[in-house]
Amino acid sequence: MDIISDLVVILIGSGRDLAPIIVLFLFFHLVVIRQPITNPRRTLGGMMYVYLGLSLFLAGLEEALFPIGNIMASQLTDPEFLKGSSAAVDLGNWKAYGWVYVFAAAIGFATTIAEPSLIAVAYKASEVSGGSISQWGLRITVAIGVAFGISLGSFRIITGTPLYLYILVGYIIVVVQTVFAPKTIIPLAYDSGGVTTSTVTVPVVAALGLGLSAAVPGRNPAIDGFGLIAFASLFPIISVLGYGQFAQWYGARGKR
Amino acid sequence: MRSIIPSQLVRSIRYIAGRIGNAARDLLPIVVVIAIFQLVIIRQPLPDFGTILIGSLMVVIGLSMFIQGLEMALFPIGEHMAHELARKGSLFWLLVFAFALGFSTTVAEPALIAVSQKSANIAAQGGLLDNNPGTLNRYALGLRLTVAVSVGAAILIGVLRILLNWPLHVMIIGGYVVVMLITVIAPEEIIGIAYDAGGVTTSTITVPLVTALGVGLATVIRGRNPLLDGFGLIAFASLLPMIFVMVYGITVFGI
Repeated sequence: MDIISDLVVILIGSGRDLAPIIVLFLFFHLVVIRQPITNPRRTLGGMMYVYLGLSLFLAGLEEALFPIGNIMASQLTDPEFLKGSSAAVDLGNWKAYGWVYVFAAAIGFATTIAEPSLIAVAYKASEVSGGSISQWGLRITVAIGVAFGISLGSFRIITGTPLYLYILVGYIIVVVQTVFAPKTIIPLAYDSGGVTTSTVTVPVVAALGLGLSAAVPGRNPAIDGFGLIAFASLFPIISVLGYGQFAQWYGARGKR
Repeated sequence: MRSIIPSQLVRSIRYIAGRIGNAARDLLPIVVVIAIFQLVIIRQPLPDFGTILIGSLMVVIGLSMFIQGLEMALFPIGEHMAHELARKGSLFWLLVFAFALGFSTTVAEPALIAVSQKSANIAAQGGLLDNNPGTLNRYALGLRLTVAVSVGAAILIGVLRILLNWPLHVMIIGGYVVVMLITVIAPEEIIGIAYDAGGVTTSTITVPLVTALGVGLATVIRGRNPLLDGFGLIAFASLLPMIFVMVYGITVFGI
């Protein structure tokens, strides 16, 4: 029954969430284009779908996606679980949380390899490059980047080191790679950072980070909790640039 | 008449089933990874399994309805507007459209709504905001609008870049430098969510529309290479939100 009462609250809330887009939409139609809406019934029906769909999604998110990230974080950092065979665990030591890194990498790799936007971009890239960028090559490269990124991001949360240091180093690597990478791969690499995190993945990953920062002693969710998604966006850039460099080197070697 | 209705019905049921299948495929990798971890490594029952199952169903059905509704209402209007603007050939309206496309696809992004709400709650728990629903909602809405404006600005700049042939890497690297400089003065509590905002914005809805816009523009303009010039719009959409959200944090929390 909780779910239903939550749903009512969320229905009211998502009406407010959608208000800006509806205002904008009406403004464009009535003021800029000055044409009647071509198919008002279909448009109204679509708006209802958007409204109900968004409400259902947000309600389900509270019941499923956020809790799942949270539960995984707390179970994988549970002292009982960490003890396993050994007698004592030092919860302040980052080495105690091995399974967290494995889980972070697994969730990053699995969600990215199946990500529809990435499939679309990989398809477009292979099409416009005339096949020299392979779809699977790009998808696997990006997925490895995300897996490594989220895993390193978990390490950052557990150790409580400042986020900007990692991002700064990442940027420097990207800048250096940009100088040496083949020109055609650069825009694609920059874009692939943005396409990795889908609407379903973001809440799970965000909840994982917040759960970790709440579970590890001495961490503060307000400061340490966010940042995983930033890692998931940065590291694919590095891996795709690397892929481009490798492909160039490999191609040059083949020609000789 | 009679013979038409069942076949239409079958077709629409098949259509809806296909949609839900697509949304379920989004969720599948998460389910597989978590199932493996639960069964093999953690070996504990998942608490509230029933609720999570119902919630996942709601996520899948909700997301498929949401995208279906967008395709019925928003996308045709967007295409229509793009057409009208191309006919007018006006740079000003093309840029307004680019901004509106970025803004409107971001402001309704479900993941952004969820994460900004979460961020408001975390800030309240940390004692940074008054813990009452009005303040939290205002903060979350402000965050969302900031991100949406920044994505609008990003798409606008990206389109300008394609038109005027500015070098992408110089602009991105310049953007990184600005991010780092603002990080120095931004309050610590906003940095994480600001960096995350870049990745949150560009998901299910934004990417296909924006990529299509970029590659389309680069194909139409003479002397542009779609691979070199068409991509890169999303890169701005991941970069600018970081800068804008940190500025928002400075205005809300002070330096």
